[in-house]
Amino acid sequence: MAYYQNIFTEVQVRPVVPELGIPLASGSSRWGKPFNSYLFGLIGNSQVGPIYIGYLGALSFACGLIAFEIIGLNMWASVNWDPVQFVRQLPWLALEPPRPQYGLRVLPPLAEGGWWLIAGFFLTASVLLWWLRLFRRAKALGLGYHVPWAFASAIWLFLVLGFIRPVLMGSWSEAVPFGIFPHLDWTAAFSLRYGNLFYNPFHMLSIVFLYGSTLLFAMHGGTILAVSRFGGEREIDQIVDRGTATERAALFWRWTMGFNATMESIHRWAWWFAVLTTLTGGIGILLTGTVVDNWYLWAVKHGVAPSYPQVFGPIVDPLSQPGGTP
Amino acid sequence: MKTFFVVLGASIAFFLTVAMFGTAGWERPPLATTQNGFRGTGMDQIHTREAVAEARAANAAPAPAEPAEEGGDLAGQTYENVKVLSGLTTNEFNRLMVSMTEWVAPEQGCTYCHNTENMADDSLYQKRVARRMLQMTQHINSDWKANHVGGTGVTCYTCHRGQPVPANIWFTDPGPARPGGFIARNNGQNLAKPSVGLASLPYDTLTEYLADKSIDNSAIRVNATTALPTSKGKPIQDAEKTFGLMIHMAEGLGVNCTFCHNTRAVADWSQSTPQRTTAWHGIRMVRDINGNFMEPLTSTFPRNRLGTLGDVPKVNCTTCHNGQSKPLNGVPVVDAYPALTKVTVADGAKAPEAAPAQVPAVPGTPAAPSAPQP
Repeated sequence: MAYYQNIFTEVQVRPVVPELGIPLASGSSRWGKPFNSYLFGLIGNSQVGPIYIGYLGALSFACGLIAFEIIGLNMWASVNWDPVQFVRQLPWLALEPPRPQYGLRVLPPLAEGGWWLIAGFFLTASVLLWWLRLFRRAKALGLGYHVPWAFASAIWLFLVLGFIRPVLMGSWSEAVPFGIFPHLDWTAAFSLRYGNLFYNPFHMLSIVFLYGSTLLFAMHGGTILAVSRFGGEREIDQIVDRGTATERAALFWRWTMGFNATMESIHRWAWWFAVLTTLTGGIGILLTGTVVDNWYLWAVKHGVAPSYPQVFGPIVDPLSQPGGTP
Repeated sequence: MKTFFVVLGASIAFFLTVAMFGTAGWERPPLATTQNGFRGTGMDQIHTREAVAEARAANAAPAPAEPAEEGGDLAGQTYENVKVLSGLTTNEFNRLMVSMTEWVAPEQGCTYCHNTENMADDSLYQKRVARRMLQMTQHINSDWKANHVGGTGVTCYTCHRGQPVPANIWFTDPGPARPGGFIARNNGQNLAKPSVGLASLPYDTLTEYLADKSIDNSAIRVNATTALPTSKGKPIQDAEKTFGLMIHMAEGLGVNCTFCHNTRAVADWSQSTPQRTTAWHGIRMVRDINGNFMEPLTSTFPRNRLGTLGDVPKVNCTTCHNGQSKPLNGVPVVDAYPALTKVTVADGAKAPEAAPAQVPAVPGTPAAPSAPQP
């Protein structure tokens, strides 16, 4: 059986006999009858399925579905079961964590954040089970564990935001609401509360790695697409048996910036940048409120934040003056 | 097949783009920026010249009435039942009454407040409210002159703009009905509400921060004052409420955050603009107005003038400012009305009278429904 390796091609390969992959250990099976899809063929392999489900996959999906339902039904209920308002307000709706007075109570009343804890439990279970599934599938295929460890870095940030930091702060109310705009407004309020997150050095690092990831992705993707006319998208072939595509890609970068990554090292660059984005981000969130209460003042203390000349006369806090109000 | 999907994708993208342009409230370039802080700090006010011109036109101050003839008897001697303005000359008193009619009830006329059979009659609730509002205006122009309204001052028109009920008043927002039981409460947030600029922030933040005159003066402050934690700080929920209030202020005044704050350190006073001090006092002024003037009128208003929870109509920044940093283009409206610049009746003694047991039917106003007077 011939294998066709591609990243992107305008030619859709439709094998007469579906490609089923390596044989499985006895007792497990893959689910679904494979078929070819034109739309999938536009963005990847046109063959869809079969998929390996396994008990981890099934459990993960079930837990995720429970969390999704709890969040969605509570959102719908928050507009009094009005279907029109549910659709109109969907980006605004949310399931909020318990209020501060409940602290770390394991299960506050359902209406007072109990649902948030239950949804959070099932969502976390779903994510962790999915991680285990990734790890076991990588092992079954004889791969390295780069994908599960990269996913673990994202899970680290997720757990810091929703579990580890709230526990250290002693209150579930410190966690993020489940909702589209609400979690964004929460993020803005979080930065405002803790004196501007941009002065958090780990936030700075996370931004560097995030933007760096997009830069690397653009450079690498652009390079490979540019040399695909020489077979450059067959990267693995090119690593083993360096052809003109690799030579030209390397020369391009060496000529333009004096240094070039290799077919192998560029993937380490990309992997580490992606992993470090959430790893450093998680550290930054973990330190906020627990060991640093005001990042701006922290930055002043350590000579990070510059001072600017006063353009107005001295402005003082009215509360610090006697008789501030009539 | 491919052509079909290309056409389909392109038309979806086209319609989404059109929908986005039509619904997102864009402002057409060019945008003008006004710098109001040290260079490089991003302390700029961003606006379009058209929008500024529109706001100026929409907020034109009315011309003051012709000055009254000097001399003559005092209004307290000429008329009966003059309580607040009895020290004015009759001519000056009549001039102010005519101006008030223009400011507040130009269509309804004198009868909006007065029983024309007996002008001294206090039976209409509008008259009892108007008397209290006169005291409020005097209070604002004298006691808040130094810290907020300055020499510009306010008249009835600053809020009313030719309408008996000012356009920008607000009531406590109880939010949508909740099915109850074990359904999660929404924390008073997460709905597209104009009160917080359509953010998902707490939408009833005004009730806590602007309606309670005895609130702790530091309630709005959520930042720690030390780099490292020294005690249990305020929860993020409080930061969201403050954020919501600040959005209200920015929208009400038609300004950006940087009108008052250097946003790299929003809490730091030494980097703020002088406007922040004015705004700080403005918050206290609004609490004073709501707590000492509006709230006590709850029983004077008929039920149909109250909110869903039976609360009195209240003021916020928008009530006067109406999208401008200086209401009515900053024209010193009170100059022509010296009677409104000093308190003539000591406050406290003049608590408003409660409504009579039978609220008389008011022409032009729907009679109060059978709801009980709160």
